[in-house]
Amino acid sequence: MAHFTKATSVKDWLNQRLAVEKVEKVMASEYWIPKNINFLWAMGMVLAITFALLLVSGIFLLMYYQPHVDLAFDSVNYTIMREVDFGWLWRNIHGVAASVVFLVIYIHMFTGIYYGSYKKGREMIWISGMLLFVTFSAEAFSGYMLPWGQMSYWAGMVITNIFSLGGLHMDGLVEWIRGDYVPAQAFLSRFFMLHVLLLPLAIMGLIGLHFAALRIPHVNNQDGEEIDFDAESKKYLAGDKAGSKVMRFANDFMSKDMMVVGIFLIFFFYLVFYNYSFALDPVNFDPADMLKTPAHIYPEWYFLWSYEILRPFSVNIGLIAFGFAQVIFVLLPWLDRSPNAVPASRRGAFSVWFWLLLIDMIVLTAMGKLPPEGIFSTIGLVAALAFIVLWIALPFITMNEKKV
Amino acid sequence: MKNKEPLILVVVVAFTLLTYWLVEPYAHSVMHKHVESENFAYADLAPISKTGNVANGKELTMGAGGCTGCHSITKEGVPAGMDPVTAAGAYGVNPPDLSEAGVVYDAKFLADLIKNPAHALKVEHKFDAAKGQMHPMVAFYGAGGDIDQEVADMVAYLQSIAVTKEQLTPKMAYENACGRCHEMRYENWTQIGEKPSFKFEKDSLAFDIQVLEYQESLTKYMGKLPPDLSMYIRSRNEHFLSTFIENPQAHLEGTAMPRVGVTADTAHKVIEHMADSGDTKRDERASVGMNVMWYILIFAIFAFLWKRSVWKELH
Repeated sequence: MAHFTKATSVKDWLNQRLAVEKVEKVMASEYWIPKNINFLWAMGMVLAITFALLLVSGIFLLMYYQPHVDLAFDSVNYTIMREVDFGWLWRNIHGVAASVVFLVIYIHMFTGIYYGSYKKGREMIWISGMLLFVTFSAEAFSGYMLPWGQMSYWAGMVITNIFSLGGLHMDGLVEWIRGDYVPAQAFLSRFFMLHVLLLPLAIMGLIGLHFAALRIPHVNNQDGEEIDFDAESKKYLAGDKAGSKVMRFANDFMSKDMMVVGIFLIFFFYLVFYNYSFALDPVNFDPADMLKTPAHIYPEWYFLWSYEILRPFSVNIGLIAFGFAQVIFVLLPWLDRSPNAVPASRRGAFSVWFWLLLIDMIVLTAMGKLPPEGIFSTIGLVAALAFIVLWIALPFITMNEKKV
Repeated sequence: MKNKEPLILVVVVAFTLLTYWLVEPYAHSVMHKHVESENFAYADLAPISKTGNVANGKELTMGAGGCTGCHSITKEGVPAGMDPVTAAGAYGVNPPDLSEAGVVYDAKFLADLIKNPAHALKVEHKFDAAKGQMHPMVAFYGAGGDIDQEVADMVAYLQSIAVTKEQLTPKMAYENACGRCHEMRYENWTQIGEKPSFKFEKDSLAFDIQVLEYQESLTKYMGKLPPDLSMYIRSRNEHFLSTFIENPQAHLEGTAMPRVGVTADTAHKVIEHMADSGDTKRDERASVGMNVMWYILIFAIFAFLWKRSVWKELH
């Protein structure tokens, strides 16, 4: 057993038992961050804050929400929106944060791709990040079922249908997932459970893994520079703060994180109060009706690009393309054959690839929402093919990249 | 090293706005038919050429016009011949009380309605007299004099008994113009009126059964039960609601919903009542929003100052 002495202060008492000083150093004051980074490196903190907003608003909504097919719609639109003090505020925060969190995830993801932050020991950061993307997607989808509006019902119908896997006709699997032939009470109950328990637990675990994965390889920087963190941190601790290439996570980088968070929150709360309908789709304010299919069924904006990879093809090919799109990002560290972990701007063909991918995904996103008619179907098909071609081409264009 | 942050910010914001524009304003403009408002002018209807005589109009409405055979005018002491459920059984829908018709509906519309209901209501696709499909409201063929004068008199009479435009509340507007077909559960409104609070459950259930019976007749009459409008302010936008009320056929050709012929003022009030049901916290949202924005702005300024003081030593 460890030797304990009479504590001289509360801090000392805690130190003997929890090593709080050591923990503080490891987590904050001696967690070294390169100085040559820009505001895109604050997206992690922005995501943490947004997740906290989702969690807190979700807890408040959970106190009044009723996961029953006859009560769900009214518990949201009557009880929470009309009766409960500030219920509307929590709902708007929850809905807008659920949408905005994906915007920040995409920015975070494309930052990683641009700066090559998935290479040279940072593979686990990328993989855990992609797992977070998948669980956040499942969390968003399951949450979207809960108000039991028209879009909840029909999106639930369409997405669970995907599991019949086209030509394989695995209707039994679809029924097993739904717990019924159509989305009904069993379906709502289990998606409620997923949304408020299992998936949030998985997300919190993965956030822990994502942070831990960052610890050993350290944060990348905007110049692709290899930094000797030991030497530079010694320099900092010796007093040469200006000369060192690194800084403390807290308060040095944290102060910048908070500045970015401040600006982000201005944007966020503007959306919450003045422009929220993009996140709370009008169609979902009609109660679920299994006899009335909406004229246009579309997912939330952040799923549109992968929806559009599914849609322009025949069922089986579409499903294969869709499956490809779901897993291909995870494989990025191995599909990129170049030894360079530097910004895309210095990587020649890869830079072209990066911007083409970004633009292609925006095109897919737009076409995923537009009705699949006339020119929109053609553009959607071309963009979906371009997406697949871009990923197949990636190993070849990076293989011959010169070392910089 | 040059500071690239402004450029990065421009790139991030530009791609974000482009995506937003594509999936929101642009996609919705493609998905939804745009119907221009006609400002409730009802240009297809002939204007009233005669000056109405109120006393004469009253006589016609109560007598030769035949209105009170089906319509109550409670204000003038004319009761309904049947209760709403029986009336719906007979006509498909309970004929409206005419007490406020003069202020709720457009005068030109009323005049046309009296002479040719299916035409004014734009339901001729459903009620074609040539095929023997008669509209439940019987057209007025004249009481022996100049029919246009007689119609003008009746309209003048209805206008004379109605409250003024200013006295017409959003709730009254909704109940008169929409409430006999559309429930509004969040405002406790059923097609046969506001549901009272009952002491005994059996009385409450008896009321519900009356509503169900009414709805059964209404469903037969309309083809489907008209939707509850509690959340329509959120599921449809104001422009849609306004132009739909003005002319349902323009949005949904062949729909059984009649053109109800309300004035622009009534339509505005109906929409306000929908907001009173589906968006009750709009004023609170505006005021809380302003306070939160100020708070966050001050937070951001302090965060910026903190960053500046910390980073002074880092360069």
